[in-house]
Amino acid sequence: MYKIVRKEILNDVVELMVIHAPFVARKCEPGQFIILRATEDGERIPLTIADFDREKETITIIYQIVGYSTKVLSKLNEGDELVDFVGPLGAPTALHKSKHVVGVAGGVGSAPLYPQLRALAQMGVEVDVIIGGREAQYVLMADDFSKFCKNVYITTDDGSLGDKGFVTTKLAELIEKGEQIDEVIAIGPVPMMKAVVGVTKPLNIKTSVSLNPIMIDGTGMCGCCRVSVDGKIKFACVDGPDFDGLLVDFDELIQRQKMFKSEETHICNLTGVKR
Amino acid sequence: MPNMSMQKVKMPEQDPNVRNKNFEEVALGYTKEQAMEEAARCLNCKKPFCMQGCPVGVPIPEFIQHVAQGEFDEAYETITRENALPAICGRVCPQENQCEGQCVRGKRKGAESVGIGRLERFVADYHREHGKKKELNIEKNGKKVAVIGSGPAGITCAGELAKKGYDVTVFEALHKTGGVLSYGIPEFRLPKTLVQSEVDGVAELGVDFKTNVVVGRSMTIDELQEQGYEAIFVGSGAGLPRFQNIPGENLNGVYAANEFLTRVNLMKGYEFPQYPTPVKITDTVCVIGAGNVAMDAARTAKRLGAKEVYIVYRRGAEEVPAREEEVHHAKEEGIIFKLLTNPVAIHGEDGWVKSMECVEMELGEPDDSGRRRPIVKEGSNFIIETGTVIVSIGQSPNPLIRQTTPGLDTQRWGGIIVDEETMKTSKDGVYAGGDVVTGAATVILAMGAGKKAAKAIDEALRSK
Repeated sequence: MYKIVRKEILNDVVELMVIHAPFVARKCEPGQFIILRATEDGERIPLTIADFDREKETITIIYQIVGYSTKVLSKLNEGDELVDFVGPLGAPTALHKSKHVVGVAGGVGSAPLYPQLRALAQMGVEVDVIIGGREAQYVLMADDFSKFCKNVYITTDDGSLGDKGFVTTKLAELIEKGEQIDEVIAIGPVPMMKAVVGVTKPLNIKTSVSLNPIMIDGTGMCGCCRVSVDGKIKFACVDGPDFDGLLVDFDELIQRQKMFKSEETHICNLTGVKR
Repeated sequence: MPNMSMQKVKMPEQDPNVRNKNFEEVALGYTKEQAMEEAARCLNCKKPFCMQGCPVGVPIPEFIQHVAQGEFDEAYETITRENALPAICGRVCPQENQCEGQCVRGKRKGAESVGIGRLERFVADYHREHGKKKELNIEKNGKKVAVIGSGPAGITCAGELAKKGYDVTVFEALHKTGGVLSYGIPEFRLPKTLVQSEVDGVAELGVDFKTNVVVGRSMTIDELQEQGYEAIFVGSGAGLPRFQNIPGENLNGVYAANEFLTRVNLMKGYEFPQYPTPVKITDTVCVIGAGNVAMDAARTAKRLGAKEVYIVYRRGAEEVPAREEEVHHAKEEGIIFKLLTNPVAIHGEDGWVKSMECVEMELGEPDDSGRRRPIVKEGSNFIIETGTVIVSIGQSPNPLIRQTTPGLDTQRWGGIIVDEETMKTSKDGVYAGGDVVTGAATVILAMGAGKKAAKAIDEALRSK
């Protein structure tokens, strides 16, 4: 059993938990993920690691309540226990020493982006971040990023915080201003990552993305999490979750994420979970 | 007097048209009387060929004689001297190629061998329901051994070593023990309560099971060695599913058999929404491949409510790799076999599978595998309308351990290379067996490998 050491509500759909998980905390690196089950008989939920503390042996996860199983998870509180928590899974991010990296986060994408950018900053890379959200409350972790990012740019759809517009508008603006960007790391909803690549690909700017296909075992067994990268089948759980964004087939991924939409709606309707 | 009937005593089964709508076990098992009647068919040969066919060396005539006499506890003792998982082997071993394939009673035309598998199953089930727990008296030797994976290879190796006094820890990546017995083989062929009771039996020997630990990620083999594990057995099983590399394999509605079966077996998707992991099925389902896994997938699809389920296989009936019994059961349940048929593309609409395009094949000269090579009949393309395709053409071994263990030699296709007598790998103190060595094979071969490794580990550590 894995104890919930701390729980924090970040906005009306996003929560944070700090979980005691020694096996994961001892080994995890930026870019890796975990799979948890909140309750016996529950679904296996993959979540990218937002932070870790090797001494306290804890892992921080940040999740959005999107359906039945995340709702079940959100019912648990500090002091409760998760029945299963396994990891670290996936390959660690390949962190390159370069001059200037721009991170782009959409919604809960801030969580996995945070340890990656922090590690780069510690390596001496100049790091900026663009954080986007629908409105002010969905812009996550801006204060955390400001501790090591040279610039923290914020965009919201409604202009309630930072610039009105999308993360891609900001990114294009930086590029237009003539900023030299060695790499863009974009993590967020698939349409956002696709849009970022839409900006960087024509200019051939190296772009890393973290993919979140539907997954079951997460250990390289079931084959559910396959994605097309450069026309080849890759498995996000062992080959990823980070991939070269310029080579990812985002449309296919968006389609594959819809596989169980009707079942999800059905169970939410049955149990009264609002989506 | 032996029972000279040419046929096995029939084992009661659920009616095909009833069972293809439920997940209850297909075969119901012998009664005491049926078991004794069948056991009387054994001639107790002086030279028991049956035992030569058994990868773990069960003293077959000896246990059968006990059954014939109604001495079921003794029969159980006899089997479990050599085989820790009789309830499982009695159900899923390919006996027709092993013990029963060698039985003299089956040699004459039209005659059936002694029903060794059925008897093994009976003995195990009878013991589970009626048997007395034996007092354990294991003297611990204080030596630590790690086993990676709690599938058939791992639990066999762990059980054997625990009996010899080793402190054994089994690391399992999933949240449940049993490996393929839990996530792969369906409930109707191998009830999960039975798998758990066999695993519990191994735990009672003092084996410590740690779930949710992925060796290769949560820790490495080198770290296990630093922690004082004097030997390590790798039984991490078959890994990533293979695909055919034909267009349309990533459409919604295409599953790898592993995913489909994991959803249903491990996550209990057939009881959605009581269990929240979903599995989607359509009126027509095509399963590509004809191995045991393909049969499991097809029969599972039928039970989930598919009206027409096809097995699509590029070779002929004689080349079908699945067990005869599985093929027979599948046909009885209404699975349609499309042999000498090879898929060339999966066609979709708005991202969802709509049909599968196939070509007809004919058999040519034997290939490297000794089987006749299937050749495409030009211009024979045809379409099967279907909403679901389940790809069941094999797996390549799990990559995590080979990627994170320096000094561990592997085959080009990824299998760990071992000495076949001892299951020793190229890395000191590390042994391996089961599908991670052979590629996808059978439960009993994995068990045999686990047992061999346990023997070699014991010999190596005792002489230390």
